[in-house]
Amino acid sequence: MALKLSDYKTEVHNDWCPGCGDFGILNAIQMALAEMGIQKHRAVIFSGIGCSGKTPHFINTYGIHTLHGRVLPFSQGAKLCNPGLEVIAVGGDGDGLGIGAGHFVSAGRRNVDMLYIIFNNGVYGLTKGQASPTLKLGLKTKSLPLPNSNNSVNPLALAAVSGFTFIARGYSYDVRHLKDLIIQGVSHKGLAYLDVLQPCPTYNDINTREWYQGSDNPDPETGKQIPRTYKLEGAGYDGIVHSENEADNKMSNAILKSYEWGKKIPIGIFYQNEMVPTYEDRIAAKIPDYVKNPPSKQRVFLAGGRSSSDISNLLDVLRVAI
Amino acid sequence: MSVTNKVNNSLNWLIGGAQGSGVDSAANIFSRACAEGGLQVYGKREYYSNIKGEHSYFTVRVSEKEIRSHVDEISMLVSFDAETLLRHTVSVVKGGGIVYDSELIDVKIGEVPTLDDAFRDRLVALLEKEGRPLTVQGILEYASDRGVSLFNVPYFQLLEEFSAKSEDHSLSKLSRMVNVMSLSCSMALLGFQFETLGSAIKFIFRSKPKIADLNVMAANYAYEYARTHHNASTLAYNLTAKNPLPDVILVQGNQSSALGKLTAGCRFQTYYPITPASDDSEFLEANEIVPQVEGTDGSILVLQTEDEIAAITMAIGGALTGARSATATSGPGFSLMTEALGWAGMNEVPVVVSLYQRAGPATGLPTRHEQGDLLFATKAGHGEFPRIVYSSGDIEESYYDTIKVFNFAEKFQMPVIHLLDKAIANSITTCKMFDQQRISIDRGLLVDNISDSSPHLGDANHYRRFRLIRNNNDNKDNDARYSISPRVLLGTENGIFWNTGDEHTEEGHITEDPEIRTAMMDKRMDKLMIALDQIGDEDKATLYGIDGPNALTVISWGSTKGAILDAMDRLIDEGKNIRFVQLRLLNPFPFERMRDLIGGHKQLVDIEMNYSSQLGLLISENIGISMDHLIVKYNGRPISSSEVYNVLMRIMSGEAPRRIVLEHGA
Repeated sequence: MALKLSDYKTEVHNDWCPGCGDFGILNAIQMALAEMGIQKHRAVIFSGIGCSGKTPHFINTYGIHTLHGRVLPFSQGAKLCNPGLEVIAVGGDGDGLGIGAGHFVSAGRRNVDMLYIIFNNGVYGLTKGQASPTLKLGLKTKSLPLPNSNNSVNPLALAAVSGFTFIARGYSYDVRHLKDLIIQGVSHKGLAYLDVLQPCPTYNDINTREWYQGSDNPDPETGKQIPRTYKLEGAGYDGIVHSENEADNKMSNAILKSYEWGKKIPIGIFYQNEMVPTYEDRIAAKIPDYVKNPPSKQRVFLAGGRSSSDISNLLDVLRVAI
Repeated sequence: MSVTNKVNNSLNWLIGGAQGSGVDSAANIFSRACAEGGLQVYGKREYYSNIKGEHSYFTVRVSEKEIRSHVDEISMLVSFDAETLLRHTVSVVKGGGIVYDSELIDVKIGEVPTLDDAFRDRLVALLEKEGRPLTVQGILEYASDRGVSLFNVPYFQLLEEFSAKSEDHSLSKLSRMVNVMSLSCSMALLGFQFETLGSAIKFIFRSKPKIADLNVMAANYAYEYARTHHNASTLAYNLTAKNPLPDVILVQGNQSSALGKLTAGCRFQTYYPITPASDDSEFLEANEIVPQVEGTDGSILVLQTEDEIAAITMAIGGALTGARSATATSGPGFSLMTEALGWAGMNEVPVVVSLYQRAGPATGLPTRHEQGDLLFATKAGHGEFPRIVYSSGDIEESYYDTIKVFNFAEKFQMPVIHLLDKAIANSITTCKMFDQQRISIDRGLLVDNISDSSPHLGDANHYRRFRLIRNNNDNKDNDARYSISPRVLLGTENGIFWNTGDEHTEEGHITEDPEIRTAMMDKRMDKLMIALDQIGDEDKATLYGIDGPNALTVISWGSTKGAILDAMDRLIDEGKNIRFVQLRLLNPFPFERMRDLIGGHKQLVDIEMNYSSQLGLLISENIGISMDHLIVKYNGRPISSSEVYNVLMRIMSGEAPRRIVLEHGA
């Protein structure tokens, strides 16, 4: 029986603020799952803490709502023990780039085959609007008593230098484009990072939906709003590494591109390199039947509760009588 | 003065030297030689938080009977540097012997930079009081006058001769064998057969046959030197190899729990490097392919994480897929794990934390021993959630306990903290071959096939992972009101559920409903009652010794077990009545079992390796019984059986204060 979009929705009441950018991301994830026909029980959505942390409860697949900042280690542990699962990790910018920044960098070094989506809105929403790691220096969103005194981290550039092998950005009000990026991120062989620009209508009164749509950026001739976001694929940009010798240049281009901000904000795929072995490949190089017989699939006991493991070779070495 | 009746096959041997100079190898060879020679050994390693240069030492006790602990008195001191002599000579007993480098006798105390100032001051004060020169010579004279035999060995000269003889002119390379040469001299003086020593050397260096052969030759050269140049008739100790014992192994404490993990079916272990826990993970990684009784090989995935928070959260993620998962750490790492421990408690995830305690707080004494984390382990984390805290008393026990803790984690669906410590991890012992017939694996309630009509399905046909299954026993205070809900693993068809650190519904969705909150708290915490009901008495607490009028009851937990048992054997031989209660299950507290074992008994003596008598506090908190004596030690060095013997004698004489602090240790 073909799976429909509605199959991926739960009956749980969604308590995000009206107009929240998170709805677009949630829809895009559900649409991507449906379009890919991923069986519901094979998918697991992991989340951190914050508004975005509630996402799994609205999706009818396995859903693991973890701790603040820890979504990546929880999800990597599950994926590595059962590589047959489709794992998507989601979280906010404070979750992933503040409290969880160490895990972000280390996840890049591993390149586990999964997708990580950051709902990036520049504020800590659920705790009422404090500055997040992606809020630009000097900005004063409405619930800040004073302008932000920290510089912002560039998640795309950080993903690049950390070793993520798929780096993309979407916009939560361009749901179809975002859905396509999610599908590409899930299909990517390796660790995919998807940064989603997601206006927080309640606490970020600077990077609003209107701002993204260019309300302050009229065409001098026509007077029409010029949207800030534009698609890389439509601008002749190709971030895909086709041969190993172009990897460094493509990464440099991606980092440079990731700093474009202001009147024009690129969305789409900044960088993709499937030539880097995944962590699963690296394990399989040491443990040959890892993929076929991963930790979660191994039977560890026999009839009567006897152990199925035979450690006699290790014990015999310890025997004192030769 | 020559000794006519030597003590045969019962001694305490110590070798010391700078870290990185082969002290461990020499001690492992000595232990192996004695074990191959049919003797029982118990060895203990002490070292600084340092890579090269600071003083380390290894004591090995040898006996024909079972031994389980170290003692303070040294029978044979083996050295090749000055610091070992300065630090340990005072502990050598009358009739004992010292092997030392003849070239070091003029070294002044002030010339040894790695001596801590505090120790140097104490040593100077001793030698000044005794009117001795402040040199190695001074300390050796002091020993000699007390009846200790001195055996000098000109190591450099022996090396030169050996170099010429073996036609290997790389003296710097050969000088690395001075550890084995000093060990070999001691064996010659003790009368131990060279053949068995040679076999042990070959075993320890089995992965490098050329180095093994060179070491055997050098050892033989030193052995012959000591045998022909020294008269050991003044030495009161003798070692004689016998036929090796069948079904006995020589095992280290950083191998036993790891071996238990392989048997238990642990298939995922995460860790962040920390002393003294890393060895556990490294042993597993070195043995990641796990042969199976039937079928193709299995494997354990060992993963080094970016920190301990990632270590425990990854292990939890692995556990959700059904892999038996664990992480190994020490106090500082465990402190970082506490938030995730609560998540595992909240979501009823079976995960095992092997907590190898060391002396805290903060960085504390990073390579030294303490049992300071008992109360922390039982309470760690915000809010209230169930966990099992289980402690092992020795290396042998830690193997079997490791299998039990994985069973507990899955049967009761909660995190388990397996308390081990530095004293266990850095010890070596002979013990009975681990018996595969004694172990049993129980994975608890696991559902792998869910039909459309499963009673576990709830709203919208979702699996009720946290199904509230009420029992009909509301009138009984000590019975669980709720049963354990069967677990389903990520990826199971029709089993979709949610987890959250928030309070949740049966399906795992967030709720703040007050009635569901109460029910879910009850459901989770009730599992502690179920655990108490299902865990056997012997697994809760073990009783040793002899009861009788005026019997004294020692109560302890963890690695003090060996020292207490050895001291108790001595006291029982001397006609004393002593009981020893070893508490193993520390949370949930086995109140009925402990009331049975200590209620109504006078003279309760709590012995443990921490400042505040944490076990005493735990007992008093749970069953309202307070200890008559609190014996504590927190100088970073494990309690010896000599100390336990002495302090119990003092208590039995009726002249001991309530609290006594033990302070021995180098």
